[in-house]
Amino acid sequence: MSDTERPVAGTRGNAVWAGLALPGVAWLCIFFLLPLYAVLCVAFGTVDPLFQRPEPEWNPLLWSTSSFEFVVDGLFTSGAAFQTVFVRTLVYVVIATALSLVIAYPVAYYVARYGGRWKGLLLVGLIAPFFISYLMRMLAWINLLQDDGWVNDVLMWVGILDAPRNWLDGRASSVILGLVYGYVPFMILPLYAFLDRIDRNLLEAARDLGASPFQTFRLVTLPLSKPAILASIVIIALPMFGDYYTTDLLSQSPTTSMIGNQIYLYVLGGQQIPVGAALVVCLMLFLAVFMAYYLIATARAQRRVGA
Amino acid sequence: MTTLEAPLAPPRTRSRFREWWANPWGRPRFLLLFTVLYLAWSIVPILIAIRFSFNEGRSRSTAQGWSLRWYYEDPDLSVWHDPDLRAALFQSLRLAAIAVLVTVPLGVALAIGLTRWRGRAAGASRAVSLATLVTPEIVMGTAFLLVFTHLLRFIELGTAAQAIGHITFSLVFVLIIVRGRLLAIGPEYEEAARDLGASALQAVRLALLPMLVPAIVASAIVVFAISMDDFVITQFLSSGTSTDTVPVRIYSTGRTAPTPALNALATLTLAITIVIALVLFLVWRAVRATRGQTGSAVEDFAALETEPGR
Repeated sequence: MSDTERPVAGTRGNAVWAGLALPGVAWLCIFFLLPLYAVLCVAFGTVDPLFQRPEPEWNPLLWSTSSFEFVVDGLFTSGAAFQTVFVRTLVYVVIATALSLVIAYPVAYYVARYGGRWKGLLLVGLIAPFFISYLMRMLAWINLLQDDGWVNDVLMWVGILDAPRNWLDGRASSVILGLVYGYVPFMILPLYAFLDRIDRNLLEAARDLGASPFQTFRLVTLPLSKPAILASIVIIALPMFGDYYTTDLLSQSPTTSMIGNQIYLYVLGGQQIPVGAALVVCLMLFLAVFMAYYLIATARAQRRVGA
Repeated sequence: MTTLEAPLAPPRTRSRFREWWANPWGRPRFLLLFTVLYLAWSIVPILIAIRFSFNEGRSRSTAQGWSLRWYYEDPDLSVWHDPDLRAALFQSLRLAAIAVLVTVPLGVALAIGLTRWRGRAAGASRAVSLATLVTPEIVMGTAFLLVFTHLLRFIELGTAAQAIGHITFSLVFVLIIVRGRLLAIGPEYEEAARDLGASALQAVRLALLPMLVPAIVASAIVVFAISMDDFVITQFLSSGTSTDTVPVRIYSTGRTAPTPALNALATLTLAITIVIALVLFLVWRAVRATRGQTGSAVEDFAALETEPGR
């Protein structure tokens, strides 16, 4: 393309744009793609029989599948530890995500539609948890759920409990409460951002055509917000699948351990690191569907906005 | 619907309340109640935790007066005098500072490049950057740990490895924020600069960057906040107590040996995060005002935060 010819808008200086992107892209290749490849190589590698150290196999042609066989065996044998933990993780995540949606949608809907002059203040309340460390928010609940904590005090004062209950000793309800409390803010904001953008004229048209407020919601707002609901479910379900700290802090018991705890145990515990790596790969494969959905959905939305 | 005795039956105050509650043309009151309850549920536990950081006694559930014992006064157990707690606070701040200083320039260049660059390689690079957003932290933590212990062995676990981890996962947030602003600006300004004789780099520096300042400050706030908040990757890449951050400290002592000093540490971290975020926020607002952009500041922030939980 010669300089005198006016090139198509946007392609001018393509080399410069590539150059600007290069440091970031190189960074991601070295510190994101390469580490992921290392996980594969450790998972498909072997273990030094003497020192029990993992020996990664960098050549894909020589990959050994023994760690995977161990993990897949455990996942598909009923009653095996891996399967129990995986099913438990799935149950916790599904319940916690459903509860989060039940809480998040009405709150996001109210603030977006009826926030009015309080909107700024309400938003500060919704954003505040982003600046409070997740672990601090769990610490707050450890304080409240102690034997002599305020939750027991209140429940006994109301008369629901006769004696203090130990909430921090392997109770699924405490872990699910922690998950919902921890992740619900991450669901509210994307839902809010979407609901806030819905064209008011559509809602007014529905009312003019005779729909009741509830019908307007059910027939217009809800169907419109379906993509946002799905995206927000993915946003919080993905990290929940890798969570090990919520159950460690609010239960500390193997009876509530999740798939994240297994990975933590194998990878940081030092024994059988390839098994931990294989677990990570299996988790990635399982989550790949959700991840791909999220990426495609955002790309589609962006194309609509960008074009 | 209304019968004759309806206006007579209930006392006036009660009927006014019921009218307010059930008014079909007003805001749905039960949703208001629900939202207020949610906000209380979300904030009150934190306020209680903060209150007990000022407790005189050792309890984290019985109010025993007010003191700064757990911040400073206690000679062994307070945040200031317990070397582990103090180190955790400084490690958190150190990592957040490094993350902001490296990620923001790297991310801004990446965002400008990826938004304007056309072609197949550009598409692939965009996909890889966004993939970091949806990769669960435990996967990234494992990946970093394995690559630093088996391949890139010259990078030692500890501050260096943790900083690389923080930069990697926060890069995508700078990308999203700056790219959003770039798409809103459109290519016309650089085109005009180029037509007037500027080189591509000059057009970026003189026409684009000044318009991007609000987005750059906003991304600095987000990077700082998520770096302070990060737990999994930081823990996987820690080389021992000396490189534990505040969240790692809370994890390791939250159940085994908790004292109100842990609440004090968390409160202090929160206060520092809020102050720094607030300062950056004021800078952002000032910059934004001088560039003549309007709209509610907080609302823009709500749209920025698409962070999946960490």
